[in-house]
Amino acid sequence: MESTIIKSRNFNASFGSNHVVKNVNIDIPRNHVVAVMGPSGCGKTTYLRCINRMHELIPGATCRGMMTINEEDIYTMHPIFVRLKIGMVFQRPNPFPNLSIYDNVIAGYKLNGIKLARAEKDRIVEHSLTRVALWNEVKDSLMKKGAFLSGGQQQRLCIARAVAMEPEVLLFDEPTSALDPISTSTVEDLFHELKANYTLIIVTHNMQQAARVSDKTAFFYMGELVEYELTKDIFTNPRDSRTQNYITGRFS
Amino acid sequence: MRTDHIKYRIGKSKGFRILVFVLAFACMIPLAAILFYIIKAGIAHINWDFLVNIPRPVGEKGGGIVNALLGSILIIALASLIAIPIGILAGVYLSENSKSRLAYWCRLSVDILQGIPSIVIGIIAYFWLVKPLGGFSALSGSAALAIMMLPIIVRSTEETLKMLPPSLKEAAFALGMPFHRVIFKVIIPVGISGILSGVMLSIARITGETAPLLFTAFGNPYLSGDVTAPVQSLPLLIFNYATSPYNDWHDLAWGASLILLVWVLFLNIFTKLISAKWKVQL
Repeated sequence: MESTIIKSRNFNASFGSNHVVKNVNIDIPRNHVVAVMGPSGCGKTTYLRCINRMHELIPGATCRGMMTINEEDIYTMHPIFVRLKIGMVFQRPNPFPNLSIYDNVIAGYKLNGIKLARAEKDRIVEHSLTRVALWNEVKDSLMKKGAFLSGGQQQRLCIARAVAMEPEVLLFDEPTSALDPISTSTVEDLFHELKANYTLIIVTHNMQQAARVSDKTAFFYMGELVEYELTKDIFTNPRDSRTQNYITGRFS
Repeated sequence: MRTDHIKYRIGKSKGFRILVFVLAFACMIPLAAILFYIIKAGIAHINWDFLVNIPRPVGEKGGGIVNALLGSILIIALASLIAIPIGILAGVYLSENSKSRLAYWCRLSVDILQGIPSIVIGIIAYFWLVKPLGGFSALSGSAALAIMMLPIIVRSTEETLKMLPPSLKEAAFALGMPFHRVIFKVIIPVGISGILSGVMLSIARITGETAPLLFTAFGNPYLSGDVTAPVQSLPLLIFNYATSPYNDWHDLAWGASLILLVWVLFLNIFTKLISAKWKVQL
């Protein structure tokens, strides 16, 4: 049974007079992995950042059109509620450098001033770290600072931090582009695990990654959504010539 | 001829290196000379009695500077209480909205404020606080000093926070944190070492200020903890006693100078320790 969680209609985003996302219509199905791919500067990251309203943090950034989560307009909700429902993982791992691994995982509670019992915190930390396959690696050094982990571990810590808030949707902005191949494959494996509980939207400029991890793929080009299909269809039988050119490597 | 010329150039280069070295070394001489002289003149007068007694009348041996020491601490604590919250939060505004019109004017005002002579600030505080309040007070002295602390705190906070990567703030916003928690729980804690060193430097800067206090805190030969009454402070004591005709009072002034100097040195060293110790590895 497939139901839509995120829906956008005629969605546009700009930086000042630079129109970077043009009339995008997408339905994101619940508990699926959706990859958003396209060449650099095609607006895919901007589109992603519009979903949890991170786009508007940049001075001069504006957007128009409709974006909903569970049929509720994201742009009439308060951004804080939007971001509690839609977690985000960034391109470069950004754990809080002043917090321990433990505190990084529960940062969303701790820094928001939500008081939890010790046992509850322990449970969330273990649960979240287990989900991102980091528990066994860090369980003996939970009180160390997060910045001393390797890049791949830091990124999984950031995913755990997002997962700990129990959001409905997780956004990933090129989550593996700063990681080595082994860490990349660990993180990609995670996507399959996380799909059971969350809806994942992953921006990537790496086609192989899109093909490996996603159920559906959206191809952006010059700010437009060119094609949005099941991943196996888009890679075997693209309908648009621009998609075909991109996946056959005729431009990048 | 050619080799001669090259030799000449090598010699010139060597001379220049030596010059730069000597000048860098010369920068340390004033401090070393001041330290040496004040320690020599002041150390003999410093003992326990000096630290816990108030000054004696002219002609009596002994006496101390406890009124000035505690007065200085009182004035500086009050000034910090006024200037630190305002300075840090204004610095946060400047780093968050660095391109806004208010930020432009705020930055300009703060920079100009930094250049205003301290005596002018003293006179202004006299007309705006001392006269309306009906008398000299520790509070008006603190207000004058707080104005002098502000620019240093604002600018050092701004510069520190600007250095933090934007990804840090995004991480916090993406967890659904409201702006004030992002600032208080993430941005300020990560930048704390830079902010604190600005605060410490501003304290070190006002510790020795005399001019604004002449018109505001005024001085007091007795121990006073009343913020609405005149209080003594170290620089005022040094100014008054060093210009007096009595040798006993000159000795007190030398001792007080040494205390003041040690205080400022200690603050500076402490600042360096703090910024090394609390520096968050990004």
